[in-house]
Amino acid sequence: MMATPLVVSEVAKSFVMHLRGGLTLPVVEDVSFALTAGRCAVLGGPSGAGKSSILKMLYGNYGVDSGQIIVQHRGALVDLARAAPRVVLSVRRETIGYVSQFLRTVPRVTALDVVAEPLTAAGVDRDEARERAAALLARLNLPKTLWSLPPATFSGGEQQRINIARGFITRHPILLLDEPTASLDAMNRQVVIDLIAEKKQAGVALLGIFHDQDVREAVADTIVDVTRFAPKRVAA
Amino acid sequence: MSSPADTRPDDQPLLRVSSVSKSYGARTGCTDVSFELWPGEVLAVVGESGSGKTTLLNCISSRLLPTSGSVSYRMRDGSWRELYRMSEAERRFLMRTDWGFVHQNPADGLRMTVSAGANVGERLMAIGDRHYGNIRSTAIDWLGRVEIGSDRIDDEPRAFSGGMRQRLQIARNLVTSPRLVFMDEPTGGLDVSVQARLLDLLRGLVADLGLAAIVVTHDLAVARLLSHRMMVMKDGRVIETGLTDRVLDDPREAYTQLLVSSILQV
Repeated sequence: MMATPLVVSEVAKSFVMHLRGGLTLPVVEDVSFALTAGRCAVLGGPSGAGKSSILKMLYGNYGVDSGQIIVQHRGALVDLARAAPRVVLSVRRETIGYVSQFLRTVPRVTALDVVAEPLTAAGVDRDEARERAAALLARLNLPKTLWSLPPATFSGGEQQRINIARGFITRHPILLLDEPTASLDAMNRQVVIDLIAEKKQAGVALLGIFHDQDVREAVADTIVDVTRFAPKRVAA
Repeated sequence: MSSPADTRPDDQPLLRVSSVSKSYGARTGCTDVSFELWPGEVLAVVGESGSGKTTLLNCISSRLLPTSGSVSYRMRDGSWRELYRMSEAERRFLMRTDWGFVHQNPADGLRMTVSAGANVGERLMAIGDRHYGNIRSTAIDWLGRVEIGSDRIDDEPRAFSGGMRQRLQIARNLVTSPRLVFMDEPTGGLDVSVQARLLDLLRGLVADLGLAAIVVTHDLAVARLLSHRMMVMKDGRVIETGLTDRVLDDPREAYTQLLVSSILQV
């Protein structure tokens, strides 16, 4: 495995609000940094500095105006800033995992299957996937009575733990974390800190946003200061 | 800079649509639409009524002759065939075996006066199955997969609810293991709770069977739940295309932004 599985160079992003008369909102420019295998980088900076937008561009969820996001995928280099949708999907299946802040629930799919899904999508046998999902949910202290229910009606903290389990269950070499501990109690925050440490041990490159200072100090190897990427000129 | 997936010879699109246009006299149906669909990929075509999405679906599913452009399909033997150069009989055979078409109104895709079992069995007979026992047991199996009890196999779809009819239509389409399914507003006209059940069922079947599908819908929530990729149409043209969550979360075009911002939040 290469030491820097993901390299971001000179990425710029702005939103053009057509419903506001074409108003352009520059978000970030000249974003450049790299992720290192076995280390956790943390995006630092105040709210609105573009931390979430950077994470979303790296996952292909937001478009990129210019620059490159080079990721090592299936033994080749892919530029996510320009990759075709099916290449992005393949990168998500095998290379880049993502723990979002909010769970998007699907009607009738149980918590256990929501967690197991990334594994079955990658071709793991359904029973084995469910077993691994159960182990992770137990570790995150989600009551067993909830496993067979669809998570739509769960509390924020319960949904977040489903999301964390879903993100951590795979062996993606890169993992993006968007405030994974925001609505967790101290005990479960510690579980997440442990899970991140295990990912590092396994050589995974992590990039996260953590508002909780204790968590940030416990997991961060480097801080990427997002205020460095503030747009210099305000577009018309 | 490409992934090896782009260069493997066995990894090819299933369908190629090139510059398809359809006009009805002076009125435009769809204009200059091109895209490729890959095996296992679900493409949503969204837009308001009158945006040309159903015209496009009909043009690429051999139900409506385009004014210009071409549609090519990769057959099971790997050969590429141009749809409108096939004989009518070949096209019909393709429609009955390798393709499925799920209509918004189940009555358009079912035979309402023959039994549920026969509706499913008919597609099997079309591909040469003649063994009554096999046909019946396969039909029962498929009714089960779309959550219709085996005790309803001899009932006519006339006696079914809207949601059940739609599930029966899906079973009828999928029983021949098609590689490509076209769906025109598959959840339109159903109650919300019935819609959710159908969507969940479709999502599971499409993933389990590795189906490629083209789903026409005006409902962006349906597109988000079912599709990998999205095309937004307006006035007969494709104005924006991309990964479904990218188009919905970071829409670029003015019209797409309007569509996305018009969704009611619950």
